[in-house]
Amino acid sequence: MNDSVKTDFKYVGTRPVRPDGPDKVTGRAKYGADLNLPGMLHAHYVRSPYAHAVIKSIDFSEALKLPGVIATMTGEDLPEPGDKLMQGAEIEMKLSDMAPVVMARGRAMFHGHPVAAVAATSASLAAEAAALVRVEYEVLPHVIDMHAALEDDAPLLHADLITTGLDPAPTVPSNLSVDLALEMGDVDLGFADADVVVERTYSVPMCHQGYIEPHAAIASADETGRVEIWCCTQGPFMVRNFTSQLTGIEPGKIKVTASEIGGGFGGKTTVYIEPVAAVLALKSGRPVKVVLSREEVFRATGPVSCSETRVRIGAKKDGTLTAIDIDIVMDSGCYSSSSIMPATMFGAACYRCENQRSRGREVLTNKPRVWAYRAPGAPQSIMAVECAVNELAEELGIDPVDFRLHNAVEEGDIPVFGLPFQAIGYKKALQAAKEHPHYQAPLGPGQGRGLASAFWINSGQQSSATINIALDGAINVLTGNPDIGGSRASMALLAAEVFGVPVETVHPTVADTDSVGYCDGTGGSRTTLATGGAVIQAAEKLVLELRHRAAAIWGVDLDEVEWVDGKAVARTTGDLENLMDAGAAVQLENREMSLVELAETSGATGGPLSAVASLHAHNSAPAFAINICDAAVDRETGKVDITRFTCIQDAGKAVHPAYVEGQMQGGAVQGIGWALNEEYLYDENGVLENPGFLDYRMPVASDLPMIDTVIIEEPNPLHPYGIRGVGEVPICPPMPAVATAVNRAAGTALYDLPLSPPKLLAAIDRAVE
Amino acid sequence: MMQVRKIHVSTTVNGEPREFLCEPGQVLSDALRNNLEMTGTKEGCTTGDCGACSVLLDDALVCSCLVLAAEAEGRRVATIEGVAQDGRLHPIQQQLLEHAGLQCGICTPGVVVAAKALLEENPDPSEEEVRFWLAGNLCRCTGYDKIILAVLAAASEIRGA
Ligand code: FES
Ligand code: FES
Repeated sequence: MNDSVKTDFKYVGTRPVRPDGPDKVTGRAKYGADLNLPGMLHAHYVRSPYAHAVIKSIDFSEALKLPGVIATMTGEDLPEPGDKLMQGAEIEMKLSDMAPVVMARGRAMFHGHPVAAVAATSASLAAEAAALVRVEYEVLPHVIDMHAALEDDAPLLHADLITTGLDPAPTVPSNLSVDLALEMGDVDLGFADADVVVERTYSVPMCHQGYIEPHAAIASADETGRVEIWCCTQGPFMVRNFTSQLTGIEPGKIKVTASEIGGGFGGKTTVYIEPVAAVLALKSGRPVKVVLSREEVFRATGPVSCSETRVRIGAKKDGTLTAIDIDIVMDSGCYSSSSIMPATMFGAACYRCENQRSRGREVLTNKPRVWAYRAPGAPQSIMAVECAVNELAEELGIDPVDFRLHNAVEEGDIPVFGLPFQAIGYKKALQAAKEHPHYQAPLGPGQGRGLASAFWINSGQQSSATINIALDGAINVLTGNPDIGGSRASMALLAAEVFGVPVETVHPTVADTDSVGYCDGTGGSRTTLATGGAVIQAAEKLVLELRHRAAAIWGVDLDEVEWVDGKAVARTTGDLENLMDAGAAVQLENREMSLVELAETSGATGGPLSAVASLHAHNSAPAFAINICDAAVDRETGKVDITRFTCIQDAGKAVHPAYVEGQMQGGAVQGIGWALNEEYLYDENGVLENPGFLDYRMPVASDLPMIDTVIIEEPNPLHPYGIRGVGEVPICPPMPAVATAVNRAAGTALYDLPLSPPKLLAAIDRAVE
Repeated sequence: MMQVRKIHVSTTVNGEPREFLCEPGQVLSDALRNNLEMTGTKEGCTTGDCGACSVLLDDALVCSCLVLAAEAEGRRVATIEGVAQDGRLHPIQQQLLEHAGLQCGICTPGVVVAAKALLEENPDPSEEEVRFWLAGNLCRCTGYDKIILAVLAAASEIRGA
């Protein structure tokens, strides 16, 4: 391994209480909806009652008759988006696919699509006014099911949509927005070589990220047109950039302050309400607050692509894979954006197999435009590949871990997406799974066990950090990344490690977009790696500065001063002959100054101790995760009980292991929910039937066992502290682990998720017949 | 339209007398948050399904989004803001911190209020009893594991104290 990767740590790897903890357990922490401003208006949306309709006219006259209704907005208040690409988006996307998500323009594309908004002096008045807005629609035929959308006679969502990714490009428009393929080796030869081939189709339903905090924002504007936005977001700089591009307000005139954030999971890496609040604030000259209801969150934010994946996979008798062929179709809702690229690229990234083909198609339907959810796209294709691998291993009579060990990728292997692997911990994680007591434990009667593994790429992107040292030596760390799951604790640990001072003396702040350098959002498993990397660099700059200050005070060269455990220390191995006399040498030998002493005197030695670092991180490294799931099925009711669950993950260096475990556990439970219960249900009119937590049932505490975790720390060879990225891969293996366990317990072959009781009962009946 | 007259409510919140004016249809969570500026009580759904708005009303654990604000008249409301006393965190709060039992923290006030009610009723709950008691408090981040451990640790701390 690279020698420049640090491996001995004093603070990193410990589990201190998070700095923002007391505020969050007492209710003091301010989330999106927790701010009110004097003179504030409340906005309420008018939403389409149809899944697809032309908006012929919008009449606010009745609404405006209500005293206290101050401003209105439609899609016409946003500039024509044209053909531009969104700047600062993680994935390539067109402004014209983004703008109508915020507010419909000419056409409503799904039931619940925002068509207009009104701002009034109270929330109840705004709701009343919104109900009085008269919108004339011409209803168009709609299509909800993605297979139906691909039929020749399907209603076209966009008359000019030509499929991208095909050569030559088709000449007629369709609802197929993307059709891409990756290939290596010769798949047909690979299958000809196989002794056993498994072929099957797997379906994953549309779901929602399910963050508990609905979107909330307040915008206010001054008389010069400068806009301030307070909102719950994963990326305040993203909000600034996106709002600017969508509204035409110059980015320099927008300041975004991120509130505390009540979950996001990718769902808050885009804007919905912020541009609306900004436009209404500019029009009214008053602060405007927008808070979505839970129903609005379900109907018109997120959701997450459903998918259907056909997998063919072949192996020799000894278990060596010979060919993998994946064909995935994903529903992107009414505009392109889905995660079809990662879904197509990463489904089989755990496996060394020279003959691979992967085709990915993205389809548009009259549903809300989908958005990212933890490792976007990967869970859907990994679900299919992992279930097929389990079936293949079973047919060959090979233990599923041994099968994976036999075919596992390792350093130097080149996957179908082309980036060779550096040092990775996948095999170590597999070994840990094999040796885990859970894997060794016998199953109870009626139980089944499933194991699945997963890969996720992790991202790097751009980050900045500022560190200021106060006169008492307190270390203030500023970054632009909202703390969605303990990142302040990680930033504090990293700074403490560099300075060699107790973590309690470090105070991390999530700063607004005017107060800190640019940071991409908290997402992509990147915050600890990239923003943490900026914190490490800024801290290192300050340590160098502190050594300079001590050297100047002592009148010695910089290289005669070391930084040890939070102190500047004169080197005792210096060239004594060059010193004036032996007495001075002795004095110098004993000299040290603590960070606090250097901070106290900083005014006299060169001024404030402050440093900035910014970077574009190209040093991210992939994560691998394995889940072991035991399930029992009630054959009378079809209800599934998860009886034991274990997560093993290569996290790279785990900076705050408790929050690493938390990511693993939280992702596992989201995946369990997706496998068993969570599903968007539409009626024939294209209306979502379950837009609330009662009918969109996420896992609750009594549904679950303890979730055991094992962290493998294979250092990222490209990162100074070996950090890899943690947050996304945990949601990749649960679906196939659960599906395999349930099917084994029930004796079924049901691969159409969710494995809800009625479907499972029917499958049990079929299996018995 | 007809201007609806607001209702005057006198109530007790965390032991202190409070008054506010509310709209007839306004729910207690909204009044606490927006009339009394006590935003520790959260709203994740306002349909009684997430538990983020948990408070005690005359010692009964309720979802404050399902209670009309006017119903607080003459009654006692206990919210998250009253759980830490004299500048000291309650053992449930402290154990949640020690166990990393929160990630985003939006569910945490509701969890604290609900768990405190549990331990007052049952000082020595089993893991299963904690899980069933907290089944009305949705958490999307943690998978519940560390919340359950924190509540069990707080229970044993309180019993030992
Ligand atoms: S806000 Fe009251 S239960 Fe969700
Ligand atoms: S910590 Fe985020 S919902 Fe519980």
